[in-house]
Amino acid sequence: MNAVVVQNLIHTYPAKRRSESPHQALQGVSFQIQEGEIFGLLGPNGGGKSTLFHILSTYFQPTQGQVHVFGDDVLQGTEPVRRKIGVVFQAPGLDSKLTVYENLKHQGHLYGLYGEILKKRILDVLGQVGLVDRSAEFVETLSGGMKRRVELAKGLLHQPKLLILDEPTTGLDPVVRRDIWMHLKELQRGGTTIALTTHLMDEAELCDRIAILNRGRLVALGRPKDLKAEIGGDVIWVEAEDPEKLGADVERLLSMKSTVDGTLRMEMERGSEFIPRLASAFPGRIKSITLRNPSLEDVFIQKTGHRFGTEDLVL
Amino acid sequence: MRHFWLASWTLCERELVRFMRQRSRVIGAFAPPVIFWFLIGSGLGHSFRDANYLQYFFPGTIVLIILFTAIFSTISIIEDRHAGFLQSALVAPLSRVTIVTGKISGAGLLALVHALPFLFLAPLAGIHVPVTSWLSVACLLVAMSIGLGGLGFLLAWRLDSTQGFHAIMNLFLIPMWLLSGALFPASGAARWVRIVMWCNPLTYAILGFQKSFFVAGVPLSLSPISIGICLAVSVAFAAAMVGASIFSAQRT
Repeated sequence: MNAVVVQNLIHTYPAKRRSESPHQALQGVSFQIQEGEIFGLLGPNGGGKSTLFHILSTYFQPTQGQVHVFGDDVLQGTEPVRRKIGVVFQAPGLDSKLTVYENLKHQGHLYGLYGEILKKRILDVLGQVGLVDRSAEFVETLSGGMKRRVELAKGLLHQPKLLILDEPTTGLDPVVRRDIWMHLKELQRGGTTIALTTHLMDEAELCDRIAILNRGRLVALGRPKDLKAEIGGDVIWVEAEDPEKLGADVERLLSMKSTVDGTLRMEMERGSEFIPRLASAFPGRIKSITLRNPSLEDVFIQKTGHRFGTEDLVL
Repeated sequence: MRHFWLASWTLCERELVRFMRQRSRVIGAFAPPVIFWFLIGSGLGHSFRDANYLQYFFPGTIVLIILFTAIFSTISIIEDRHAGFLQSALVAPLSRVTIVTGKISGAGLLALVHALPFLFLAPLAGIHVPVTSWLSVACLLVAMSIGLGGLGFLLAWRLDSTQGFHAIMNLFLIPMWLLSGALFPASGAARWVRIVMWCNPLTYAILGFQKSFFVAGVPLSLSPISIGICLAVSVAFAAAMVGASIFSAQRT
């Protein structure tokens, strides 16, 4: 069964000033999330993934299109959907002046949980994220990683079938990031479907399937392994003093499209055999050559024609 | 229905606990009005009308305490909505009415908790609050707490920044209080000020308090407007603010 079905989703933000035009953040996005999988929405800032997160979490409704969560139409009424989803926002949603327990207690009340049932659920979720002994501490005394785990516990309190997270590990160090992912994988084993947004390639690699978003459009959808396999062969990155000029020469001499956003990059079979040719053809003009297997960034480049996040710099 | 009350209460309780745990906020809401009252009241003394100004200014100070507390409490909505606890409430299976009730009752209760101790200072200023006035004073306190809590909610819900809220406070809320009879009576004011004052719902609350407080057996105000009208306007103001907050919260 599909946990989420998104069909032809369009979302337009009204212009903030008269001189500006409305911003179309999503331009007809369709995909499905299968029950029990970890699904990643990967994209650069401004790609549309946050808008998609807010629509999936019922924070606001789309301008057009359809979203079904476990069969319930989000546009027909949010309440049944909200009971089935747990939401973890990117911006901290904890009250630092309250204890961990108090934060969870208030969250439970919002979902109609109270009394002994709520107490038991709080202990259960704190156990799940390994924070039972921190229950009486004020949130302001916790580390960033622990706060994130409390947020996770908050999202899980009412036992949602689908957990939606917005950039769950942004700003966290690698050890904490690994820790959060360990908890997510464990939740998945327990039967929870997980949908998350990320702009981190290595995080997207950990998802069962990903949707890559760029400028409000879906540019790729599938398992990270399959998407990378579509590229085939190797990817060669060249660092040079003047990459534009070197790129033009490479294209002329070796008839190969090679420059992306001012960087020299080529996709080919048996890249290792090509490197000596390249080095000898342009002596003294190359600083370094890197050969690697295709990554998700390469998938992004192939689908969009530009590097991941470089548009942000321009904007 | 139980879910509605549980969620409303939890939002309200959270407001109370958070406020009480931040001593600076407690002091910030209670101390300045009391200091204003004491300094302005003592400074003007008997130079203003026949009555002691500490006595005249007493009802205005009550409304100022309620205004400050309600406003400081609702101001948190601005940040909470985009990055905070309120985000979770907005995606929980709740109606927006629950959020409005929870927030306003929290702000209102806090305002009440701050205003009540000040009432105990009344005998020190030579003001007597007879038992027959207790009901009207209680009604006015509750109506003002809910009304100003609602007004705070309404403004905070529409605004994007706390700086904007401070601007509104200086431009709109403080003048609203100034032109309520808190500092001076309508009778001696310029005609346009009198018109504004009689259109201001706070004027009726202040008048209601003035008619409920007695000095040497005489109420602070001898205005022909009855206490019933003062109560009716105050309750209508509270209802209008709650209604407008619900309308605003459901739209956005």
